[in-house]
Amino acid sequence: MNKFFQRWTVFAGLIVVWQVFGMLAEDPFFPPPSDIVTAAWEWWVLEPENVTEHILPSISRLLSGWAIASVIGVALGLLLGRSDRAMEYAGPLLVFLRSIPPPALVPVFLLLFKGGTSMQLATIVFGVIWPVLLNTVDGARSVDVTKVDTSAVFQIPRYQWVLGVVLPAASPKIFAGLRVSLSLSLVLMVISELVGTDNGIGSQLMQAQREFDYTRMWAGIVLLGVLGYGLNTVLLAVERRALAWQPRSRDEQHA
Amino acid sequence: MSNMLEVADLGHTYGDYEAIGGLTFTVRAGELVCVVGPSGCGKSTLLRTISGLIAPSRGDVSLKGSHLAVVFQDYQRSLFPWLTVQGNVEFPLRSLPRAERRARAAEALEWVGLSAAAKKRPWQLSGGMQQRVAIARALAFRPALLLMDEPFASVDAQTRFELEDLLLRVRREHDTTVLVVTHDIDESVYLGDRILVLSKSPAKLVADLEVPLPAERDQVTTRTDEAFVALRSRVARLLNVGGKPAVDVEKWAAAERESLSETVSS
Repeated sequence: MNKFFQRWTVFAGLIVVWQVFGMLAEDPFFPPPSDIVTAAWEWWVLEPENVTEHILPSISRLLSGWAIASVIGVALGLLLGRSDRAMEYAGPLLVFLRSIPPPALVPVFLLLFKGGTSMQLATIVFGVIWPVLLNTVDGARSVDVTKVDTSAVFQIPRYQWVLGVVLPAASPKIFAGLRVSLSLSLVLMVISELVGTDNGIGSQLMQAQREFDYTRMWAGIVLLGVLGYGLNTVLLAVERRALAWQPRSRDEQHA
Repeated sequence: MSNMLEVADLGHTYGDYEAIGGLTFTVRAGELVCVVGPSGCGKSTLLRTISGLIAPSRGDVSLKGSHLAVVFQDYQRSLFPWLTVQGNVEFPLRSLPRAERRARAAEALEWVGLSAAAKKRPWQLSGGMQQRVAIARALAFRPALLLMDEPFASVDAQTRFELEDLLLRVRREHDTTVLVVTHDIDESVYLGDRILVLSKSPAKLVADLEVPLPAERDQVTTRTDEAFVALRSRVARLLNVGGKPAVDVEKWAAAERESLSETVSS
Protein backbone atom coordinates (compact mmCIF):
# COMPACT_ATOMS: atom_id res chain seq x y z
CA MET A 1 0.00 0.00 0.00
CA ASN A 2 2.83 2.29 0.96
CA LYS A 3 4.54 1.65 -2.32
CA PHE A 4 1.33 2.25 -4.22
CA PHE A 5 1.08 5.63 -2.49
CA GLN A 6 4.67 6.46 -3.33
CA ARG A 7 4.16 5.64 -6.97
CA TRP A 8 1.04 7.71 -7.49
CA THR A 9 1.50 10.76 -5.24
CA VAL A 10 3.33 12.88 -7.80
CA PHE A 11 0.86 11.87 -10.50
CA ALA A 12 -2.20 12.66 -8.37
CA GLY A 13 -0.60 15.86 -7.12
CA LEU A 14 -0.07 17.12 -10.66
CA ILE A 15 -3.68 16.44 -11.55
CA VAL A 16 -4.85 18.41 -8.50
CA VAL A 17 -2.58 21.33 -9.47
CA TRP A 18 -3.89 21.22 -13.03
CA GLN A 19 -7.47 21.10 -11.74
CA VAL A 20 -6.95 24.19 -9.57
CA PHE A 21 -5.16 26.19 -12.28
CA GLY A 22 -7.63 25.08 -14.93
CA MET A 23 -10.56 26.29 -12.84
CA LEU A 24 -8.86 29.59 -12.00
CA ALA A 25 -7.58 30.36 -15.49
CA GLU A 26 -10.69 29.40 -17.42
CA ASP A 27 -8.51 29.08 -20.52
CA PRO A 28 -10.44 27.21 -23.28
CA PHE A 29 -7.19 25.58 -24.44
CA PHE A 30 -6.47 24.03 -21.07
CA PRO A 31 -9.69 22.76 -19.51
CA PRO A 32 -9.47 21.28 -15.97
CA PRO A 33 -9.29 17.46 -15.65
CA SER A 34 -12.85 17.28 -14.31
CA ASP A 35 -14.16 18.73 -17.61
CA ILE A 36 -12.00 16.30 -19.56
CA VAL A 37 -13.39 13.34 -17.65
CA THR A 38 -16.92 14.61 -18.20
CA ALA A 39 -16.25 14.95 -21.92
CA ALA A 40 -14.79 11.46 -22.04
CA TRP A 41 -17.86 10.12 -20.26
CA GLU A 42 -20.25 11.85 -22.66
CA TRP A 43 -18.24 10.92 -25.68
CA TRP A 44 -17.54 7.26 -25.07
CA VAL A 45 -19.84 5.95 -22.35
CA LEU A 46 -23.02 7.71 -23.36
CA GLU A 47 -22.30 7.11 -27.05
CA PRO A 48 -20.88 3.57 -27.22
CA GLU A 49 -20.81 3.61 -31.02
CA ASN A 50 -17.81 5.93 -30.69
CA VAL A 51 -15.99 3.06 -28.95
CA THR A 52 -16.78 0.52 -31.65
CA GLU A 53 -16.20 2.98 -34.49
CA HIS A 54 -13.08 4.72 -33.29
CA ILE A 55 -11.36 3.22 -30.25
CA LEU A 56 -11.58 -0.48 -31.11
CA PRO A 57 -10.45 -0.04 -34.75
CA SER A 58 -7.50 2.02 -33.52
CA ILE A 59 -6.50 -0.61 -30.97
CA SER A 60 -6.86 -3.41 -33.49
CA ARG A 61 -4.70 -1.53 -36.02
CA LEU A 62 -2.09 -0.87 -33.40
CA LEU A 63 -1.99 -4.48 -32.25
CA SER A 64 -2.06 -6.04 -35.73
CA GLY A 65 0.64 -3.68 -37.00
CA TRP A 66 2.78 -4.45 -33.99
CA ALA A 67 2.14 -8.21 -34.28
CA ILE A 68 3.02 -8.30 -37.98
CA ALA A 69 6.18 -6.27 -37.38
CA SER A 70 7.13 -8.53 -34.45
CA VAL A 71 6.72 -11.78 -36.37
CA ILE A 72 8.66 -10.50 -39.40
CA GLY A 73 11.24 -8.80 -37.20
CA VAL A 74 11.95 -11.86 -35.06
CA ALA A 75 12.02 -14.29 -37.99
CA LEU A 76 14.27 -12.08 -40.10
CA GLY A 77 16.39 -11.17 -37.09
CA LEU A 78 17.10 -14.80 -36.19
CA LEU A 79 18.08 -15.48 -39.79
CA LEU A 80 20.36 -12.45 -40.14
CA GLY A 81 21.76 -12.80 -36.64
CA ARG A 82 23.08 -16.31 -37.25
CA SER A 83 24.56 -15.58 -40.65
CA ASP A 84 27.54 -13.26 -40.84
CA ARG A 85 27.37 -13.11 -44.60
CA ALA A 86 23.68 -12.18 -44.70
CA MET A 87 24.35 -9.40 -42.23
CA GLU A 88 27.26 -8.14 -44.31
CA TYR A 89 24.95 -7.82 -47.31
CA ALA A 90 21.88 -6.53 -45.49
CA GLY A 91 23.53 -4.43 -42.79
CA PRO A 92 23.91 -1.09 -44.63
CA LEU A 93 20.43 -1.42 -46.11
CA LEU A 94 18.93 -1.96 -42.67
CA VAL A 95 20.74 1.02 -41.20
CA PHE A 96 19.56 3.16 -44.12
CA LEU A 97 15.92 2.05 -43.91
CA ARG A 98 15.88 2.47 -40.15
CA SER A 99 17.07 6.06 -40.52
CA ILE A 100 14.02 7.09 -42.55
CA PRO A 101 11.48 8.76 -40.23
CA PRO A 102 8.36 6.60 -40.69
CA PRO A 103 5.94 9.58 -40.83
CA ALA A 104 7.80 10.68 -43.96
CA LEU A 105 6.48 7.58 -45.66
CA VAL A 106 2.85 8.32 -44.87
CA PRO A 107 2.39 10.20 -48.19
CA VAL A 108 3.97 7.29 -50.06
CA PHE A 109 1.74 4.73 -48.38
CA LEU A 110 -1.24 7.02 -49.01
CA LEU A 111 -0.50 6.86 -52.73
CA LEU A 112 0.21 3.14 -52.68
CA PHE A 113 -2.75 2.02 -50.60
CA LYS A 114 -5.19 4.93 -51.19
CA GLY A 115 -5.65 5.45 -47.44
CA GLY A 116 -7.54 3.13 -45.15
CA THR A 117 -6.44 0.25 -43.00
CA SER A 118 -3.70 -1.13 -45.24
CA MET A 119 -1.98 2.26 -45.42
CA GLN A 120 -2.16 2.59 -41.63
CA LEU A 121 -0.85 -0.92 -41.11
CA ALA A 122 2.00 -0.31 -43.54
CA THR A 123 2.98 2.84 -41.64
CA ILE A 124 2.94 1.06 -38.28
CA VAL A 125 4.77 -2.05 -39.53
CA PHE A 126 7.50 -0.05 -41.29
CA GLY A 127 7.95 2.20 -38.28
CA VAL A 128 8.10 -0.37 -35.52
CA ILE A 129 9.88 -3.32 -37.12
CA TRP A 130 13.38 -1.91 -36.53
CA PRO A 131 13.70 -2.20 -32.77
CA VAL A 132 12.47 -5.82 -32.93
CA LEU A 133 14.63 -6.74 -35.91
CA LEU A 134 17.86 -5.16 -34.69
CA ASN A 135 17.43 -6.42 -31.13
CA THR A 136 16.76 -9.93 -32.41
CA VAL A 137 19.89 -9.82 -34.59
CA ASP A 138 21.87 -8.70 -31.57
CA GLY A 139 20.35 -11.39 -29.34
CA ALA A 140 20.81 -14.16 -31.91
CA ARG A 141 24.47 -13.21 -32.29
CA SER A 142 25.06 -13.41 -28.58
CA VAL A 143 24.51 -17.17 -28.23
CA ASP A 144 27.71 -18.15 -26.43
CA VAL A 145 30.24 -20.47 -28.03
CA THR A 146 29.83 -23.28 -25.51
CA LYS A 147 26.10 -23.50 -26.29
CA VAL A 148 26.85 -23.50 -30.01
CA ASP A 149 29.39 -26.31 -29.47
CA THR A 150 27.04 -28.26 -27.20
CA SER A 151 24.28 -28.10 -29.81
CA ALA A 152 26.67 -29.17 -32.57
CA VAL A 153 28.03 -32.12 -30.60
CA PHE A 154 24.54 -33.43 -29.85
CA GLN A 155 23.64 -33.10 -33.54
CA ILE A 156 20.26 -31.55 -32.78
CA PRO A 157 17.86 -30.92 -35.67
CA ARG A 158 17.74 -27.46 -37.19
CA TYR A 159 14.33 -26.52 -35.83
CA GLN A 160 15.52 -27.33 -32.30
CA TRP A 161 18.62 -25.21 -32.83
CA VAL A 162 16.56 -22.21 -33.94
CA LEU A 163 13.57 -22.54 -31.62
CA GLY A 164 15.22 -24.29 -28.68
CA VAL A 165 18.56 -22.48 -28.49
CA VAL A 166 18.81 -19.28 -30.53
CA LEU A 167 15.29 -18.00 -29.81
CA PRO A 168 15.39 -18.44 -26.02
CA ALA A 169 18.97 -17.13 -25.85
CA ALA A 170 17.87 -14.03 -27.76
CA SER A 171 14.55 -13.61 -25.94
CA PRO A 172 15.66 -11.05 -23.31
CA LYS A 173 16.87 -8.76 -26.11
CA ILE A 174 13.78 -9.52 -28.20
CA PHE A 175 11.49 -8.45 -25.38
CA ALA A 176 13.39 -5.20 -24.98
CA GLY A 177 12.77 -4.58 -28.70
CA LEU A 178 9.11 -5.54 -28.43
CA ARG A 179 8.55 -2.99 -25.67
CA VAL A 180 10.13 -0.15 -27.63
CA SER A 181 8.14 -1.00 -30.72
CA LEU A 182 4.88 -1.30 -28.80
CA SER A 183 5.11 2.31 -27.64
CA LEU A 184 6.20 3.31 -31.15
CA SER A 185 3.11 1.54 -32.50
CA LEU A 186 0.91 3.87 -30.50
CA VAL A 187 2.70 6.92 -31.94
CA LEU A 188 2.45 5.66 -35.51
CA MET A 189 -1.15 4.55 -35.08
CA VAL A 190 -2.08 8.16 -34.23
CA ILE A 191 0.04 9.62 -37.04
CA SER A 192 -1.41 7.26 -39.61
CA GLU A 193 -4.92 8.26 -38.56
CA LEU A 194 -4.34 11.99 -38.83
CA VAL A 195 -4.71 11.93 -42.61
CA GLY A 196 -6.77 10.10 -45.17
CA THR A 197 -9.28 8.57 -42.80
CA ASP A 198 -12.32 9.53 -40.77
CA ASN A 199 -12.26 6.88 -38.10
CA GLY A 200 -9.89 6.08 -35.25
CA ILE A 201 -8.66 7.99 -32.21
CA GLY A 202 -6.22 10.05 -34.30
CA SER A 203 -8.87 11.30 -36.71
CA GLN A 204 -11.16 12.10 -33.76
CA LEU A 205 -8.40 14.20 -32.28
CA MET A 206 -8.06 16.17 -35.51
CA GLN A 207 -11.80 16.56 -35.80
CA ALA A 208 -12.19 17.82 -32.22
CA GLN A 209 -9.39 20.30 -32.81
CA ARG A 210 -11.00 21.55 -36.02
CA GLU A 211 -14.32 21.97 -34.23
CA PHE A 212 -12.60 23.93 -31.43
CA ASP A 213 -13.77 21.26 -28.98
CA TYR A 214 -10.58 21.29 -26.92
CA THR A 215 -12.03 19.34 -24.03
CA ARG A 216 -12.72 16.40 -26.33
CA MET A 217 -9.27 16.77 -27.85
CA TRP A 218 -7.75 16.48 -24.38
CA ALA A 219 -9.96 13.50 -23.61
CA GLY A 220 -8.51 11.77 -26.67
CA ILE A 221 -4.96 12.56 -25.58
CA VAL A 222 -5.60 11.20 -22.09
CA LEU A 223 -7.11 8.08 -23.62
CA LEU A 224 -3.92 7.53 -25.63
CA GLY A 225 -1.88 7.86 -22.45
CA VAL A 226 -4.04 5.33 -20.64
CA LEU A 227 -3.85 2.99 -23.63
CA GLY A 228 -0.04 3.19 -23.80
CA TYR A 229 0.30 2.62 -20.08
CA GLY A 230 -2.08 -0.34 -20.14
CA LEU A 231 -0.43 -2.04 -23.11
CA ASN A 232 3.02 -1.64 -21.59
CA THR A 233 1.83 -3.11 -18.29
CA VAL A 234 0.36 -6.15 -20.04
CA LEU A 235 3.53 -6.70 -22.08
CA LEU A 236 5.70 -6.41 -18.95
CA ALA A 237 3.58 -9.08 -17.26
CA VAL A 238 3.96 -11.37 -20.28
CA GLU A 239 7.71 -10.71 -20.34
CA ARG A 240 8.07 -11.52 -16.67
CA ARG A 241 6.39 -14.87 -17.23
CA ALA A 242 8.27 -15.69 -20.43
CA LEU A 243 11.66 -14.81 -18.95
CA ALA A 244 10.99 -16.37 -15.55
CA TRP A 245 13.87 -18.77 -16.26
CA GLN A 246 16.45 -15.99 -15.99
CA PRO A 247 18.60 -16.14 -12.88
CA ARG A 248 17.22 -13.18 -10.95
CA SER A 249 19.16 -12.18 -7.87
CA ARG A 250 22.61 -13.20 -6.85
CA ASP A 251 21.60 -14.89 -3.60
CA GLU A 252 19.43 -17.34 -5.50
CA GLN A 253 22.40 -18.38 -7.55
CA HIS A 254 25.12 -20.62 -6.23
CA ALA A 255 28.61 -19.86 -7.40
CA MET B 1 38.60 -55.62 -27.23
CA SER B 2 37.51 -53.53 -30.16
CA ASN B 3 38.62 -49.98 -30.74
CA MET B 4 35.99 -47.34 -30.06
CA LEU B 5 38.10 -44.46 -31.36
CA GLU B 6 40.96 -44.55 -33.83
CA VAL B 7 43.01 -41.44 -34.41
CA ALA B 8 45.54 -41.66 -37.22
CA ASP B 9 48.21 -39.02 -37.93
CA LEU B 10 45.90 -36.26 -36.78
CA GLY B 11 47.33 -32.79 -37.38
CA HIS B 12 45.92 -29.30 -37.26
CA THR B 13 47.31 -25.89 -38.14
CA TYR B 14 45.75 -22.46 -37.72
CA GLY B 15 47.38 -20.37 -40.44
CA ASP B 16 51.10 -20.68 -39.68
CA TYR B 17 50.61 -22.02 -36.19
CA GLU B 18 50.79 -25.77 -35.86
CA ALA B 19 48.66 -26.84 -32.90
CA ILE B 20 48.77 -30.61 -33.34
CA GLY B 21 51.67 -32.28 -35.08
CA GLY B 22 50.47 -35.73 -36.03
CA LEU B 23 48.86 -37.84 -33.33
CA THR B 24 48.10 -41.54 -33.58
CA PHE B 25 46.32 -43.44 -30.83
CA THR B 26 43.30 -45.62 -30.13
CA VAL B 27 40.76 -45.89 -27.35
CA ARG B 28 39.39 -49.38 -26.71
CA ALA B 29 35.77 -50.09 -25.81
CA GLY B 30 35.08 -49.58 -22.12
CA GLU B 31 38.41 -47.90 -21.51
CA LEU B 32 39.00 -44.60 -19.71
CA VAL B 33 41.90 -42.78 -21.33
CA CYS B 34 43.32 -39.51 -20.04
CA VAL B 35 45.11 -37.08 -22.33
CA VAL B 36 47.49 -34.92 -20.35
CA GLY B 37 49.72 -32.18 -21.62
CA PRO B 38 51.17 -28.80 -20.68
CA SER B 39 48.87 -25.78 -20.97
CA GLY B 40 48.51 -24.52 -24.50
CA CYS B 41 49.66 -27.80 -26.00
CA GLY B 42 46.68 -28.10 -28.31
CA LYS B 43 44.47 -30.23 -26.06
CA SER B 44 41.45 -28.13 -26.92
CA THR B 45 42.19 -28.41 -30.61
CA LEU B 46 42.49 -32.18 -30.20
CA LEU B 47 39.12 -32.29 -28.46
CA ARG B 48 37.49 -30.11 -31.09
CA THR B 49 38.80 -32.23 -33.95
CA ILE B 50 37.75 -35.50 -32.31
CA SER B 51 34.28 -34.17 -31.52
CA GLY B 52 33.89 -32.95 -35.10
CA LEU B 53 33.57 -29.27 -34.16
CA ILE B 54 36.44 -28.47 -36.52
CA ALA B 55 37.80 -30.44 -39.44
CA PRO B 56 41.45 -31.38 -38.90
CA SER B 57 44.04 -30.18 -41.41
CA ARG B 58 45.22 -33.73 -41.90
CA GLY B 59 44.74 -37.23 -40.60
CA ASP B 60 41.72 -39.28 -39.65
CA VAL B 61 39.40 -39.61 -36.71
CA SER B 62 37.14 -42.64 -36.83
CA LEU B 63 34.56 -43.39 -34.23
CA LYS B 64 32.84 -46.73 -33.90
CA GLY B 65 29.27 -45.57 -33.57
CA SER B 66 27.32 -42.61 -34.82
CA HIS B 67 27.72 -40.13 -32.03
CA LEU B 68 29.74 -38.96 -29.09
CA ALA B 69 28.96 -36.64 -26.22
CA VAL B 70 31.11 -33.89 -24.74
CA VAL B 71 31.20 -32.63 -21.16
CA PHE B 72 32.67 -29.13 -21.27
CA GLN B 73 34.63 -27.43 -18.53
CA ASP B 74 32.25 -24.49 -18.42
CA TYR B 75 29.07 -26.15 -17.17
CA GLN B 76 27.38 -22.79 -16.62
CA ARG B 77 27.56 -21.97 -20.29
CA SER B 78 27.03 -25.49 -21.49
CA LEU B 79 23.71 -25.96 -19.68
CA PHE B 80 20.63 -24.11 -20.93
CA PRO B 81 19.25 -21.80 -18.21
CA TRP B 82 15.77 -21.70 -19.78
CA LEU B 83 15.36 -25.46 -19.42
CA THR B 84 14.88 -27.36 -16.18
CA VAL B 85 17.50 -29.94 -15.15
CA GLN B 86 15.33 -32.61 -16.74
CA GLY B 87 14.85 -30.49 -19.85
CA ASN B 88 18.61 -30.16 -20.14
CA VAL B 89 19.13 -33.91 -19.91
CA GLU B 90 16.39 -34.48 -22.50
CA PHE B 91 17.94 -31.86 -24.79
CA PRO B 92 19.89 -34.27 -27.05
CA LEU B 93 16.99 -36.75 -27.18
CA ARG B 94 14.47 -34.62 -29.09
CA SER B 95 14.12 -37.23 -31.85
CA LEU B 96 12.85 -39.87 -29.41
CA PRO B 97 9.20 -40.29 -28.37
CA ARG B 98 8.29 -38.27 -25.28
CA ALA B 99 7.88 -41.23 -22.93
CA GLU B 100 11.25 -42.71 -23.83
CA ARG B 101 12.91 -39.32 -23.51
CA ARG B 102 11.46 -38.93 -20.02
CA ALA B 103 12.55 -42.41 -19.00
CA ARG B 104 16.10 -41.97 -20.23
CA ALA B 105 16.48 -38.59 -18.55
CA ALA B 106 15.12 -39.95 -15.26
CA GLU B 107 17.50 -42.89 -15.48
CA ALA B 108 20.55 -40.73 -16.19
CA LEU B 109 19.66 -38.33 -13.37
CA GLU B 110 19.43 -41.27 -11.02
CA TRP B 111 22.91 -42.42 -12.07
CA VAL B 112 24.38 -39.10 -10.99
CA GLY B 113 22.17 -38.88 -7.90
CA LEU B 114 20.13 -35.86 -8.99
CA SER B 115 16.62 -37.31 -9.29
CA ALA B 116 15.35 -34.87 -6.65
CA ALA B 117 16.58 -31.83 -8.62
CA ALA B 118 14.86 -32.72 -11.92
CA LYS B 119 12.41 -29.81 -11.81
CA LYS B 120 14.95 -27.17 -10.77
CA ARG B 121 16.79 -24.76 -13.02
CA PRO B 122 20.51 -25.49 -13.42
CA TRP B 123 21.48 -22.10 -11.97
CA GLN B 124 19.74 -22.99 -8.73
CA LEU B 125 22.25 -25.80 -8.18
CA SER B 126 25.84 -25.71 -6.95
CA GLY B 127 28.70 -25.92 -9.46
CA GLY B 128 29.38 -29.58 -8.79
CA MET B 129 25.71 -30.44 -9.20
CA GLN B 130 25.58 -28.51 -12.46
CA GLN B 131 28.50 -30.52 -13.79
CA ARG B 132 26.65 -33.70 -12.74
CA VAL B 133 23.69 -32.50 -14.83
CA ALA B 134 26.05 -32.11 -17.78
CA ILE B 135 27.38 -35.64 -17.20
CA ALA B 136 23.83 -37.01 -16.97
CA ARG B 137 22.95 -35.26 -20.22
CA ALA B 138 25.95 -36.83 -21.93
CA LEU B 139 25.15 -40.30 -20.56
CA ALA B 140 21.47 -40.08 -21.54
CA PHE B 141 22.65 -39.61 -25.14
CA ARG B 142 24.28 -43.09 -24.89
CA PRO B 143 27.39 -41.99 -26.78
CA ALA B 144 29.93 -44.34 -28.30
CA LEU B 145 32.53 -42.13 -26.63
CA LEU B 146 32.24 -39.70 -23.76
CA LEU B 147 34.67 -36.83 -24.28
CA MET B 148 35.46 -34.65 -21.30
CA ASP B 149 37.25 -31.31 -21.56
CA GLU B 150 38.88 -30.41 -18.23
CA PRO B 151 35.59 -31.50 -16.68
CA PHE B 152 36.45 -30.81 -13.05
CA ALA B 153 38.71 -27.77 -13.39
CA SER B 154 36.01 -25.29 -12.38
CA VAL B 155 34.91 -26.83 -9.08
CA ASP B 156 36.52 -26.78 -5.62
CA ALA B 157 38.84 -29.58 -4.51
CA GLN B 158 36.28 -31.41 -2.38
CA THR B 159 33.69 -31.45 -5.16
CA ARG B 160 36.36 -32.45 -7.61
CA PHE B 161 37.12 -35.63 -5.65
CA GLU B 162 33.41 -36.43 -5.49
CA LEU B 163 32.97 -35.93 -9.21
CA GLU B 164 36.04 -38.04 -10.03
CA ASP B 165 34.61 -40.91 -7.98
CA LEU B 166 31.22 -40.40 -9.57
CA LEU B 167 32.78 -40.66 -13.03
CA LEU B 168 34.64 -43.84 -12.08
CA ARG B 169 31.49 -45.43 -10.65
CA VAL B 170 29.23 -44.44 -13.54
CA ARG B 171 31.59 -45.59 -16.25
CA ARG B 172 32.16 -48.92 -14.46
CA GLU B 173 28.42 -49.50 -13.98
CA HIS B 174 27.50 -48.61 -17.53
CA ASP B 175 30.59 -49.68 -19.39
CA THR B 176 31.16 -46.24 -20.91
CA THR B 177 34.18 -45.45 -23.04
CA VAL B 178 35.69 -42.19 -21.84
CA LEU B 179 38.40 -39.82 -23.07
CA VAL B 180 39.32 -37.16 -20.52
CA VAL B 181 41.44 -34.21 -21.57
CA THR B 182 43.13 -32.60 -18.59
CA HIS B 183 46.19 -30.65 -17.52
CA ASP B 184 46.08 -32.18 -14.03
CA ILE B 185 48.61 -35.00 -13.66
CA ASP B 186 47.12 -36.40 -10.44
CA GLU B 187 43.71 -36.50 -11.98
CA SER B 188 44.92 -38.30 -15.07
CA VAL B 189 46.58 -41.01 -12.95
CA TYR B 190 43.63 -41.34 -10.58
CA LEU B 191 41.02 -41.61 -13.34
CA GLY B 192 42.81 -43.32 -16.18
CA ASP B 193 43.28 -46.87 -17.34
CA ARG B 194 45.79 -45.38 -19.72
CA ILE B 195 47.47 -42.00 -20.00
CA LEU B 196 48.49 -40.30 -23.22
CA VAL B 197 51.17 -37.71 -22.52
CA LEU B 198 51.41 -34.88 -25.05
CA SER B 199 54.29 -32.52 -25.73
CA LYS B 200 54.06 -28.75 -26.02
CA SER B 201 52.49 -27.57 -29.26
CA PRO B 202 52.70 -28.78 -31.94
CA ALA B 203 51.33 -31.60 -29.80
CA LYS B 204 52.99 -34.95 -30.31
CA LEU B 205 52.50 -38.16 -28.38
CA VAL B 206 55.34 -38.44 -25.84
CA ALA B 207 54.18 -41.56 -24.06
CA ASP B 208 51.28 -43.99 -23.89
CA LEU B 209 51.25 -45.37 -20.34
CA GLU B 210 49.14 -48.10 -18.78
CA VAL B 211 48.02 -47.25 -15.26
CA PRO B 212 48.97 -50.14 -12.99
CA LEU B 213 46.20 -49.51 -10.47
CA PRO B 214 43.18 -51.68 -9.62
CA ALA B 215 39.79 -50.71 -11.08
CA GLU B 216 38.47 -49.95 -7.61
CA ARG B 217 40.03 -46.67 -6.56
CA ASP B 218 39.74 -44.52 -3.50
CA GLN B 219 40.76 -40.91 -2.98
CA VAL B 220 42.78 -41.61 0.17
CA THR B 221 44.42 -44.98 -0.36
CA THR B 222 44.93 -44.79 -4.12
CA ARG B 223 46.62 -41.43 -3.98
CA THR B 224 49.15 -42.75 -1.46
CA ASP B 225 49.66 -46.02 -3.35
CA GLU B 226 53.29 -46.40 -4.46
CA ALA B 227 52.28 -47.17 -8.03
CA PHE B 228 50.22 -43.95 -8.07
CA VAL B 229 53.08 -41.85 -6.74
CA ALA B 230 55.60 -43.39 -9.12
CA LEU B 231 53.43 -42.93 -12.17
CA ARG B 232 52.62 -39.38 -11.18
CA SER B 233 56.27 -38.41 -11.01
CA ARG B 234 56.95 -40.20 -14.25
CA VAL B 235 54.22 -38.25 -16.04
CA ALA B 236 55.48 -35.05 -14.44
CA ARG B 237 58.99 -35.69 -15.76
CA LEU B 238 57.68 -36.49 -19.20
CA LEU B 239 55.74 -33.27 -19.26
CA ASN B 240 58.76 -31.21 -18.24
CA VAL B 241 61.06 -32.77 -20.76
CA GLY B 242 58.83 -33.79 -23.62
CA GLY B 243 58.14 -30.27 -24.76
CA LYS B 244 61.74 -29.19 -25.17
CA PRO B 245 63.55 -29.38 -28.49
CA ALA B 246 64.96 -32.64 -29.79
CA VAL B 247 68.39 -31.79 -28.34
CA ASP B 248 67.04 -32.76 -24.97
CA VAL B 249 66.07 -36.25 -26.00
CA GLU B 250 68.99 -37.67 -24.04
CA LYS B 251 67.90 -35.88 -20.92
CA TRP B 252 64.42 -37.18 -21.50
CA ALA B 253 65.70 -40.70 -21.86
CA ALA B 254 67.68 -40.27 -18.65
CA ALA B 255 64.58 -39.08 -16.86
CA GLU B 256 62.70 -42.05 -18.22
CA ARG B 257 65.37 -44.46 -16.94
CA GLU B 258 65.39 -42.74 -13.60
CA SER B 259 61.64 -42.94 -13.20
CA LEU B 260 61.67 -46.57 -14.25
CA SER B 261 64.33 -47.45 -11.71
CA GLU B 262 62.29 -45.52 -9.19
CA THR B 263 59.28 -47.69 -9.92
CA VAL B 264 61.36 -50.84 -9.65
CA SER B 265 63.18 -49.88 -6.47
CA SER B 266 60.04 -48.63 -4.70
